Amino acid sequence: MTQTVTNPTGAAFDRDPLLEQILGPTPGQMLRRRVLGHQGLLIGGAVIALLALMAIFAPLIAPHDPFAQSLMNRMEPPVFLGGSWEHPLGTDHLGRDYLSRLIYGARVSLLIGVVAAVISGVIGTTMGVAAGYFGGRVDAVVTFLINVRLAMPVVLVALAVVAILGGSLTVVTTVVGLLLWDRFAVVMRASTRQVRAREYVAAARAVGASTPRILLTEIMPNIANNLIVVVTLEMAHAILIEAALSFLGLGVQPPTPSWGLMVSEGKTMMLFEPWLVLIPGAVLFTLVLAINLMGDGLRDVTAPENRN
Amino acid sequence: MRNETKATNPVLELKNVSKTYSVKQGLLGKSRPLTALRDLSLRLEQGEVLGLVGESGCGKSTLAKILLGLEAPTSGEVLVDGAPLGSQDRLALARRIQPIFQDPYSSLNPRKTIADIISLPLRVHGIGDAASQQAAVREILDVVGLPSRVMHTYPSQMSGGQRQRVAIARALVMKPDIVICDEPTSALDVSVQSQILNLLADLRRDLGLTYLFISHNLAVVEHLATRVAVMYLGRIVEEAETEALFDGARHPYSEALLTSVLTPDPSLGVPRMNLGAAYPNPIDPPSGCAFHPRCAKATEACARQRPAPVVDEDGLIACFHPNGMAPTRSRPAEAAPRLSASV
Ligand SMILES: Nc1ncnc2c1ncn2[C@@H]1O[C@H](COP(=O)(O)OP(=O)(O)O)[C@@H](O)[C@H]1O
Ligand SMILES: [Mg+2]
Repeated sequence: MTQTVTNPTGAAFDRDPLLEQILGPTPGQMLRRRVLGHQGLLIGGAVIALLALMAIFAPLIAPHDPFAQSLMNRMEPPVFLGGSWEHPLGTDHLGRDYLSRLIYGARVSLLIGVVAAVISGVIGTTMGVAAGYFGGRVDAVVTFLINVRLAMPVVLVALAVVAILGGSLTVVTTVVGLLLWDRFAVVMRASTRQVRAREYVAAARAVGASTPRILLTEIMPNIANNLIVVVTLEMAHAILIEAALSFLGLGVQPPTPSWGLMVSEGKTMMLFEPWLVLIPGAVLFTLVLAINLMGDGLRDVTAPENRN
Repeated sequence: MRNETKATNPVLELKNVSKTYSVKQGLLGKSRPLTALRDLSLRLEQGEVLGLVGESGCGKSTLAKILLGLEAPTSGEVLVDGAPLGSQDRLALARRIQPIFQDPYSSLNPRKTIADIISLPLRVHGIGDAASQQAAVREILDVVGLPSRVMHTYPSQMSGGQRQRVAIARALVMKPDIVICDEPTSALDVSVQSQILNLLADLRRDLGLTYLFISHNLAVVEHLATRVAVMYLGRIVEEAETEALFDGARHPYSEALLTSVLTPDPSLGVPRMNLGAAYPNPIDPPSGCAFHPRCAKATEACARQRPAPVVDEDGLIACFHPNGMAPTRSRPAEAAPRLSASV
């Protein structure tokens, strides 16, 4: 009320009682609305949350010790194939409870997914943002490195390295993390170039803001949505590579419960007891599908063309 | 008309500035030079509003970026208060010279609140604490005619005109002397354009600002500018006091621009030029006078030789056949005497 309007052109505007209604929702409110209206995102997110809870609370949930062998109870079928509730998903060839191994296996998959995505995300984002922002020679070097990396077949290189260093969760995670940065670099380079051309970056430079400040407060918040989408894609990618390596016997080593390893161990019996392969396969499929659903959903709800 | 002290006090000066970009053409990526500014000299005097007018692509934004230190000239000198731009402290310059850009949809970071956007200069320069920065934001919002309750909203919640007011507030919050306005109204609705122009005029009067006011439309600069420079393909082709230019432009290109302003076109968008040929490709500029393929008065000499800019008591003109004058004899295209020499 006490506000004095010094500028005549502003007076009418300030008295406008409709202003509050004219102002639309904040970006946060709009995002929340879109998230709640996106089924794929909600389903994917729910499945991932469920599997994550399962992984975190594995010792509390698992009905048995995943390593406890019982040669008396080998190859018991799951309940729905006439088994008992003692082992709801049956037992494997060493008599270990399949459900418990499945639950502990979520730890391996999610761990490698998250850690590998973080490692590759840090490498790829740094390279991509630097290339996109500075351009010129930095861009040429990064583009060259991306091309070199794209020329290397991921699974073959991972196989070779793991064959030399020996398979372990640490080695597999690190190798996969060091191999999957290419998409981060490509996407972050392109989005940074795009955002860098916006006038608010020029305005920040004209104000004298430092380059780190511009990168952190002007560029990063505006490319974060693309980053999140790539993170989900590469998480799924890393999980599948771990499963493939473990399946080939060069990933996580037994007796660690890993879904890829469970498929591998079950494959000799596949014709007689197909569920040994189908159950871990289905869980793996579900997790990767959920991550992709979430990634697609995040892209949809944060895409600039959806924004005002 | 001319003020003796005016010409002796340039706050910003470009001396024979050229800017060449290299652009890749086609998939094979053969780089070719694109000269956006060609040996361009220009002065901005303390307290004036210099209108810089020319068609899209003639190099106006490039010139603005060079003045702001956002791009380095390929050759030539940029002087601020007579000292080379490069030798001066970046933060001190930022406090003196601020930009207002064309597109308020691109000039405000969509992830920041209005308060964050406007207080950025204060935070970068470490002026005051959080509380006094908030107070400064409130004050400047008031000055540009926005209620202080917009502080906590985001750009996406505002209209184009409101956003442009925010951009103006950000430019003025550190109380600069010089504001480079790069087409500040051309992205706005016609109904809002005049509000923003009036606001800029009021601010200039109240705060004693010096403007370089860029536009592709002569009509926009008419009421604001004290002097107008007309640009064509990286060069200044005419410079004159605003009244003199509107009374009778000497360069055929300025004349064409004026005619397009007078066309009863209510949309006031990009002026319709009654010029036959299309705007030339800056990678392949025409020989001689760059305007000759579109000029009704062009002679053979115009295609062969480039008219050197001539500075006289009315301003600057680079044409072999200027209006309101006996045809001038052909001059060699060499450095012309600058304004100061004519005073
Ligand atoms: N970064 C750049 N790289 C290559 N060419 C550019 C760049 N910036 C501008 N240009 C070219 O320079 C010329 C002048 O552009 P600009 O200064 O934006 O013109 P205006 O603002 O008058 O429309 C145009 O031909 C444009 O394509
Ligand atoms: Mg421009």
